[in-house]
Amino acid sequence: MGLLNLFAKSRPALQRLPSGSMTVDREGFIVTSTVASSYPGELLVEIAEAVLGLFQEARKAQLPLSEFRIHFASLHITAREARGGAIIFLSPAVPVTLS
Amino acid sequence: MDTRHKILILDDDPAILDLYKEWLSQLPSKPEIQISTTGARAMALLESEPFRVLISDLKMPKMDGLQVLSIVRRRFPELRTVVMTGVEDEEFRSRAYALGVDLFWLKPDTHQNMQMFLECLESLLGRDAENGFRGIQNKSLMDILQMECLSQSSTVFRITRGSLVGKIWILNGDLIDAETEGARGEVAFRRILEWKSGTFETLPSEPDRERTITKSINALLLEAAQAIDEISSPVPGESTEESDHRKTVWRLATLTREGGEWVVSLPNDAAAQAEGWGTQSANEFAGWMRYAAEAVKNLGEKIEAGPWSHIQAQNIERKIILLPSKNKSVLVAWPPTANSSDILEQSKKLVSSWDS
Repeated sequence: MGLLNLFAKSRPALQRLPSGSMTVDREGFIVTSTVASSYPGELLVEIAEAVLGLFQEARKAQLPLSEFRIHFASLHITAREARGGAIIFLSPAVPVTLS
Repeated sequence: MDTRHKILILDDDPAILDLYKEWLSQLPSKPEIQISTTGARAMALLESEPFRVLISDLKMPKMDGLQVLSIVRRRFPELRTVVMTGVEDEEFRSRAYALGVDLFWLKPDTHQNMQMFLECLESLLGRDAENGFRGIQNKSLMDILQMECLSQSSTVFRITRGSLVGKIWILNGDLIDAETEGARGEVAFRRILEWKSGTFETLPSEPDRERTITKSINALLLEAAQAIDEISSPVPGESTEESDHRKTVWRLATLTREGGEWVVSLPNDAAAQAEGWGTQSANEFAGWMRYAAEAVKNLGEKIEAGPWSHIQAQNIERKIILLPSKNKSVLVAWPPTANSSDILEQSKKLVSSWDS
């Protein structure tokens, strides 16, 4: 059986979408998180850095933001500015179901 | 080589065909006229040589006009189609327009009516496909409305352009009301006429609709045409700067009317300059727009969240929406009191109206 498994095609792993919230400080370190620990930490860091970058660039452009929401096809990211850091909410988009 | 356009007339009455042939010979472009008394023969003729226009009666034995038109629309999409009928029936009219006929005309009973028909037909022969409303190719909304009013019809037009929807009520050839995006009457009518293309459908007439427009259709069309010309065509002797200034004024007026604060438009071409209306900081904001679009796109790919549709943001001074599209991204600012759940649709509508 082990031999058969060796030749079995490997399937790309389906990446789960993050759900929950986290707080990050102004350096981009994640201070607290309610996102499942099974979700890759490096991706949470990517999210945190992108969020902080958007706030920082907005300030540079004289367009300081207190909050924003990014609408992806399958995920909404809401971020609130907090003393240079941010509180980030991750909500997978709920598929529309017909009743 | 004979380069004249060819017109095919289909009617089961040979006497009528002779009459039409004589009338159409008066057209300035002197088209070649062929006739057919049956739908089957008309189809055979259309297969054998290229025609520019098919004029068809509706009520005919075996294959009626609507059947012919539905086949023709599929097999010869470039062919202009005209219905010429003695049947004054709104249902037939609606069905014919739904099939995509270019012109629906009641058999002329006066010389004046005949002249108008010939003018429309000549116009149909001469135009090539560019702008226009799907359903009636190559005609502006103004043309369509004029025809409906001239033929004394009663109908309701529902016109759609992107996310913009408008309705125009015509009763016995009179324009009585219009409505779009919270506006009604003449204001709504003018806004709808600013749309250069879109789709429309005819709905059953509503005789009980309250009248809000008392001006004649011709006066309103003239006013609208002048306004559109002023915006889109350079005034003789006017410099490019003056023309741009007029467009800016018009866009700012639209922005103010919709309750927006400012707009920045940034072409996707990296070398292109951003344009701003209502703000002096277009370039600064464009810097953030570029950064945000790139960062969010990259993030979406990394976390496999799919493409992004928009970013909605706010501070104590305003609410903003960043909308990406194929050729450009647009940042629209609204007052802080604007309803957060409405500003996405409002922004889309604003951008649609500017592009129309």
